[in-house]
Amino acid sequence: MFDYETLKLIWWVLVGVLLIGFALTDGFDLGAVILLPFVGKTDSERRVVLNTMGPHWEGNQVWLVTAAGALFAAWPIVYAASFSGFYWAMLIVLFALFTRPLGFDYRSKIDNPNWRSRWDWTLCVGSFVPSLVFGVAFGNLFLGVPFMLDDTMRITYTGGFWGLLNPFGILAGLVSVAMLTTHGATWLMMRTDQQIFQRSRSAVQLFAIVFLITFIGAGLWLWLGIQGYSVTSMINFNGPIDPLSKIVEQNNPGWMANYTQYPIMRIAPIVGIVGGVLALLAATINRSALAFLGSSLMIVGALCTAGFALFPFLMPSSIDPASSLTMWDAVSSHKTLGIMFVAAAIFVPLILIYTLWSYIKMWGTVKVADIEGNQHDLY
Amino acid sequence: MISETLIDLSRFQFAMTAMYHFIFVPLTIGLAFLLAIMESVYVLTGKEVYKDMVLFWGKLFGINFAIGVATGLTMEFQFGTNWSYYSHYVGDVFGAPLAIEGLMAFFLESTFIGLFFFGWDRLSKRQHLAVTWLVAIGSNLSALWILVANGWMQNPIGAEFNYETMRMEVTDFAALIFNPVAQVKFVHTVAAGYVTGSIFVLAISSWYLLKKRDMGFARRSFAIAAAFGLASILSVIVLGDESGYEIGDVQKTKLAAIEAEWHTEEAPAAFTLIGLPNMKTHTTDYAIKIPYAMGIIATRSLDTEVTGIKDLMDQHEVRIRNGMVAYERLAVLRAGDRSAENVALFDEVKQDLGYGLLLKKYTENIADATEEQIKQATADTIPHVPSIFWAFRFMVGAGFLMLLLFVLAFWASTKHNQEHKPWLLKFALFSLPLPWVGVQTGWYVAEVGRQPWSIGEVLPTYLSASSLTTADVLGSIITIAAIYTVLIIIEMFLMIRFARKGPSCLHTGRYHFEQNTTKNV
Repeated sequence: MFDYETLKLIWWVLVGVLLIGFALTDGFDLGAVILLPFVGKTDSERRVVLNTMGPHWEGNQVWLVTAAGALFAAWPIVYAASFSGFYWAMLIVLFALFTRPLGFDYRSKIDNPNWRSRWDWTLCVGSFVPSLVFGVAFGNLFLGVPFMLDDTMRITYTGGFWGLLNPFGILAGLVSVAMLTTHGATWLMMRTDQQIFQRSRSAVQLFAIVFLITFIGAGLWLWLGIQGYSVTSMINFNGPIDPLSKIVEQNNPGWMANYTQYPIMRIAPIVGIVGGVLALLAATINRSALAFLGSSLMIVGALCTAGFALFPFLMPSSIDPASSLTMWDAVSSHKTLGIMFVAAAIFVPLILIYTLWSYIKMWGTVKVADIEGNQHDLY
Repeated sequence: MISETLIDLSRFQFAMTAMYHFIFVPLTIGLAFLLAIMESVYVLTGKEVYKDMVLFWGKLFGINFAIGVATGLTMEFQFGTNWSYYSHYVGDVFGAPLAIEGLMAFFLESTFIGLFFFGWDRLSKRQHLAVTWLVAIGSNLSALWILVANGWMQNPIGAEFNYETMRMEVTDFAALIFNPVAQVKFVHTVAAGYVTGSIFVLAISSWYLLKKRDMGFARRSFAIAAAFGLASILSVIVLGDESGYEIGDVQKTKLAAIEAEWHTEEAPAAFTLIGLPNMKTHTTDYAIKIPYAMGIIATRSLDTEVTGIKDLMDQHEVRIRNGMVAYERLAVLRAGDRSAENVALFDEVKQDLGYGLLLKKYTENIADATEEQIKQATADTIPHVPSIFWAFRFMVGAGFLMLLLFVLAFWASTKHNQEHKPWLLKFALFSLPLPWVGVQTGWYVAEVGRQPWSIGEVLPTYLSASSLTTADVLGSIITIAAIYTVLIIIEMFLMIRFARKGPSCLHTGRYHFEQNTTKNV
C-alpha cells in the first residue's frame, strides 16, 4: 500500500488529528466544567451548564482514550516512556478524570444542596487539573525529558514529578488552561442564554486575552531562551526501527529550525493568534458561533505550532540525546502501521458522521425554564 | 533496579484495578443487552410498562456505567505507567486491538449512550431503539477487542520476535483476531456478562415481588431476566472455555493446574472434584476423584492425554536450556554482527527466547546460568496450583447454582406463579453476588494461571514492569485504593437508594411510592 516512510508520516498526522479531536471536543467540556461554579450561580443554572454537555461528554472523552490507544499501537515506546516517566503526573490526570463520569452522572441524582455543591467543585477541579497537566507535560517535551534507553530498550527515567513544574512547563500549562477555558466558554455562549450567556461571554473575553499573552510569551521564550534539539546524523526513513542508532545534538534555536526551513509552517502560530483574536472580538459583538470558530482555530493553531516545532521529535531526551524518540524511529512495524491506517480510514469518518448526527439531534439553547420543568430525566 | 518487591507491587496494583474494573464491566455488558430487549418489546407492543422498565433499569445501568468508564481509564493508562517494558516489547501487536477497540467500539457505545439517556424527546421511537441496540453492540464489540488482546497474551500467535527492534511484531493480523483462545474467551466472557445483568434484574425484581410492590413491573422484568439468563448461563457452561485449554503451552499448564494433575495419567484421566493440592510434594491430599471425567471434559475424547505438571516441567526445562542459547545468539546480533549465518543460528532457537528470559530473575548472565538457577526457573513455570484449583471450583460452583436458579425461575415465569414462591424469590435475591464470584474467580484462573508469563512463552511478567521505585508503586496503590473505596461507597449508596425506590423514582405517578395504597400495575 504505502511505503514505510509515508506511513510514518501519516501516523504522525493521525495521532495529531486524534489529539486535536480530543482538544476540540473534550476540550470544550473540560473548559465549560472549569467555569461551572462561576457561570452558574444557582442550581438550575449549573444544571443548564451540565446539560449542554450531557449527551456529548462521554463520546468526547473517547478521543482521549483512542488517542492513548493509538499512541500505544503506533508509537509503543513513546507511550511506554511518557506514561511511565510522567508517572505521578499521569496518575494525577487519571484521578482527576475519575471525577467527571461520576460527577456528571451522580450530581443531580440526589436533591441535596450540599451533595450537589460538592460535586460541582469536584468537577471543576477534576477538569482544571487535566487541562493544566496536559499543558505542563507538553511544555516539558521542549525542555527534554530525563530518560534513557539501554540496549534492550528498557526505559530508565531519572527525573521526578516536581521537576515538571518548572517555569516554562507551568507557562505551557497556563496556555492549555486558557485555551480550553475559552473554548468551553464559547460553547456555553452557543448553548445558553441570559445570565449564563453573559457570564460566559465575559469569560471568553478574559481567557482569550490570557491565551494570547501566554501563547505569544511561550513562543518568544522558546525562540530566545530554550535550547532545541536536532538530529545531526542521516535518518534511515525506511529502515528498521532503532532509536539508538542516531546522533542528536542540542542547539540553538533548534525548535525554530522547522519554521526557518519550511516557512509554510508559520501559518500554525498565525492561526492560533488569529483564532484567539476572533474569539475575543466575536464574543464582544455577541456572535457565539463565530466565537466558537475562533476558539477552535486557536486550539488547532496552538497544537500544530507545538507539533511542527518538535517535528520530527516526539520525546527528546535531556540526559542521553541519542535516546530521543522521533516519529521516524519510535514507531510500530510497517505492517502494524498499515493495518491501523486501514482501521482509522474506515472508522474515523464513521465516527465523525454519527458524532455529528448526535450533535444535530441534541442541538438548541438549553434554558433554565426547561431544566426546572424536567427534574428527573436530565442531569 | 527491578526487585521482586517491585514486581509483586506492580502485579498487585494491576490485579486490584483490573478486578475492581471488572465489577462493573459485566453488568454493563449484560444490562445493555437487556435494555435493548426490553425496549424492543416496548416498540413492538407499545406497552408503557416496558418503556418504564428501560428507563428504570437504565437509571441503574447509568450509575454502574459511569464508574465502569472511570475505572476503565486506569486500565488504559496502566500498561504505560506500570508496564512500560511490556508496552515496548509487545505494543506493536497488543496496542492494535486496543486502538481498534477505541475506534470501532468505545466511540460507538459512548456516543450513543448520550442519546440513550437524553434523546427520548428528540428521537423517534425507532431511532431511539436503534440507539439502544448500538450501545449494546458497542459494548459487545468492545469486549471482543479487549479479549482479542487478552487472548494473545495467553496464546501469542500471528507475531514474531524481531532482533533489530527488540520486540514482538505482527506477522499475521488475521491469526491474531481469529485466535481460538480469544474467540472462546469472548463468547465465555460476554455470556458471563449477560448472566450478571440477568441475575441483577432477577434479584431486584424478586425483592419487589417479595415486598409485593410494583408487581406488574417486577413480574415482567423477572420473566425477561429469567429467559435471557437461562440462555446465557447455558452458553457460559456449554461454551465454557475449557475447550480453549488444549491450545498453546500456557493453556495446557493452566489446565494441569486447574485439575491439579501432577502426573500425566492414562486417557481418559480422572477428574479431581476436590482435594488439597500441595505444591511441594506434587500431590493432592484428600482427593475425591471421578473416573474418566476430566479426560472427557478437557479433551472431548476418550484417548487424548492431558499432560501432567511433571511432564510439562520437563519440557520447560529443555526449552529454558534452549532459551539460554537463544539469548547468547541474540547478544551477538545486538552487538552488531548481523551476518546471515548468525541470523539463521538465532532463528533456529528463537521460539525459546522467552524461556531463556525467565532466568533474568536469577542472573544477569543468562548464558552462564547455573544448574540451580535453571531448576528455580523451571519451578517458576508452574503457576500457584492450589489457588487456581480452588478458584476454578468456586467459579464452576457459582455457575451451576445460577443454572439451577435460572431453570427454576424460567419454569416459574412460564407458569406465571413466581410471586407465589417466596423460596424461589429469596433464592434469586441471595444469588445476587454469584455472578461476581464467578467472573472474579474466572479471571483469577485465567490470569494467575498465565504466570510466570505476561505474554505466554514470550515475555516473563518479571521483565515487563516499568523501572519505578517501590515507593512510587506503593504510593499509587494506597492512593488508588483510597479513591476506589470512596467511589464504591458512593456508587453503592446511589445504587441501593434507587433500587429501593424502584420504578417510583421515574415520577410517572404509576408506581408504589407515589400512591397511598399498594397497587398492581
